[in-house]
Amino acid sequence: MNGFFHRDRAETAPAATAIRVENIVKRFGDFEAVKGISLDVLAGETFGLLGPNGAGKSTLIRMMTTLIPITSGRAWIDGHDVAADPDAVRRCMGVIPQALTSDVNLTVQENLSIYAKLYGVPREERRRSIDELLEAVDLTKWRNAETKTLSGGMRRRLEIARGLVHNPRIFFLDEPTTGLDPVSRVAVWEMLNLLKARRQLTILITTHYMDEADRLCDRIAIVDHGNLVALDTPARLKQSVPGNNVIEAQFQDPPGDWEARLTALQEVTTVQNEGSGMFRVLTTNGSRTTTELVELAVRGGVAIRTLSVQNTTLDDVFVHYTGRQLRDEQVKPVSTFMFPQPGLRP
Amino acid sequence: MNRMLAIVERELRKFFRSPTLMLTAMVFPLVQLVILGNAFGGKITDARVGVVDYDGGPEALRVHEAFDSVAANIRTFRTLPCRSDKQAQEDVRSGRLDAAVIIPPQYSRRVLAGENPKLGLVVDNSDQFLSGSLEAEVQSLTDALNQPRVPQRVANGIALQIVELYPFIEYMKYLLPGSITLAMFVSVMIGGGMLYIDDKARGVHEGWLVTPITRLELVLGLVASGALKAILAGLAITVLGSLIAGLDVIFHPVALFQLLLMIVATSFAFNAMMFLLMVRVEDPLVPRALFGILNTLLYFPSGAIYPIAAFPAWLRALASVDPFSYAVHGFKGVLLKDAGFMAIVPDLLFLFLIGTVALVLATRLFKRTL
Repeated sequence: MNGFFHRDRAETAPAATAIRVENIVKRFGDFEAVKGISLDVLAGETFGLLGPNGAGKSTLIRMMTTLIPITSGRAWIDGHDVAADPDAVRRCMGVIPQALTSDVNLTVQENLSIYAKLYGVPREERRRSIDELLEAVDLTKWRNAETKTLSGGMRRRLEIARGLVHNPRIFFLDEPTTGLDPVSRVAVWEMLNLLKARRQLTILITTHYMDEADRLCDRIAIVDHGNLVALDTPARLKQSVPGNNVIEAQFQDPPGDWEARLTALQEVTTVQNEGSGMFRVLTTNGSRTTTELVELAVRGGVAIRTLSVQNTTLDDVFVHYTGRQLRDEQVKPVSTFMFPQPGLRP
Repeated sequence: MNRMLAIVERELRKFFRSPTLMLTAMVFPLVQLVILGNAFGGKITDARVGVVDYDGGPEALRVHEAFDSVAANIRTFRTLPCRSDKQAQEDVRSGRLDAAVIIPPQYSRRVLAGENPKLGLVVDNSDQFLSGSLEAEVQSLTDALNQPRVPQRVANGIALQIVELYPFIEYMKYLLPGSITLAMFVSVMIGGGMLYIDDKARGVHEGWLVTPITRLELVLGLVASGALKAILAGLAITVLGSLIAGLDVIFHPVALFQLLLMIVATSFAFNAMMFLLMVRVEDPLVPRALFGILNTLLYFPSGAIYPIAAFPAWLRALASVDPFSYAVHGFKGVLLKDAGFMAIVPDLLFLFLIGTVALVLATRLFKRTL
């Protein structure tokens, strides 16, 4: 255990800090990949590092997990100084790298067993831990299957089990759902939540998926160009962005004053007429404005062809703090529904 | 220690699950043994030698009889008549003949007059091996023709009595020590070098580096597993190669134990050396590109296919530090000479020494981070 950290932590950091990073910097030649980031991750929380590819989040996680040397600054994992006591750090953390690195020619059980041995887990504990993890990641019936026969999602679940085979307190995951289909991603999230609850884990996860960060993380740090640009809970980050909801509605033959009538609704801040009966209504209270908008349409005899309500997303947060989209291809509808039209079959 | 064994376990499980490496490591040296063993080391037979006889006298007839005797017995060459020396030269140049003998005019008369006439031999010296063999054969014939017809009462010449320590060793047997060594080298190159870099490129090492395994445990684990694979390849090719080459030494327990020692020492030295070469390499293409260069640089100067004594000084210097040379020398000592344990001790010591030095250097150079 690192005496300095514990003394220092007792004076300046919350007692339950699992990960602390102070002014950490990583340079590759002249290029500064991480530019003096400081953050604390509390014990038991799921902490997200959110940023686009190349933002520096993988470099940051690699420094914390002893994989690359720190240029300057310091980091402590569970009280152990990463630079001074890397072996102690390695014992108390589990790490899932970005790439799928399980041996494809080995079985699921063999992959887990070999990693348990690398961590020095005693035989009986090893057997118990592997059984428990296989059950948790729903791979028990695949334990004797060669890894190459597993789907991408199953392999990722195997990797998650592998990272926990020595029962660490802190779990690092570097983009654990990249490349997975939506169903597999949800399965991974559920398993992570289950394992976190069972093992009282502190999780640090990097991702460039907004929904993943939103769904999994207690707090999120937004990293861009090697800088920490925002750090808070997902809810507070979203509240920090002006405007809460966007309603997109398409009407059948709206009257000429329709834009003005929509603007007159309570808590509407802006209405944009986008043509072809489509209007974007920005409001601070999405549910109330939606109700009033529907009532207005019924009273005015105007049919609503489509209606979607969007909450402010982390994507908006990212745009707000960095001035650009996280991923160009990302779309962000929360709900879309069709109103039945007279004479049209559903 | 347990962590090192975990690395060994991982490598061996993969190895046995996918026998491609074993087969690849064995097939190449076995093919080389069979093809080279049969292609080289054989004697020249049925070469075509043209004879231009401008004499036609009794001494020329003796030459013809001597040639016929060669054609009928050891069959190094057979003779074909030629009309002129110009045509004979043209035929040798064009490849219709391998050589031509010119019996000059007045040959018989000059022999009988004691004037030491000369027989002409036209050879195609673009093929040194064939022309050398024909020159030697024709020279021995002329020596025989020069013998006095009535033997001297008191022999006053010097004779050489050759004592061969071992029965005739066919070239395939001569090649076997090199083939065993080559099999281990191929196994080390693929199972040690290429797989190591491929794993590195796939990110497998990243998974290991976040565990508490030490640098020494990791290096020892990788070297030990690579050495075990090479030992298996070495044993397999020793048994198969000995059976193919017709050597029964593998049925003698003492010799077999000595062979096992040589295989272990060679595998260890090769693996440690390979790991030292690859320890800082990141690009999977590098070991593939190096394979041919290392094969030429280590295998050919080792005396596996040609005696070191025939090398120029700089190549001998290379052979003196080439672990292949010591491996081949040791295997020859056991397989071909029954030279005893003490004869292979220097080879074993060198191989273990170079392996240990390479292992220490590789461990120091091994990066515990990405």
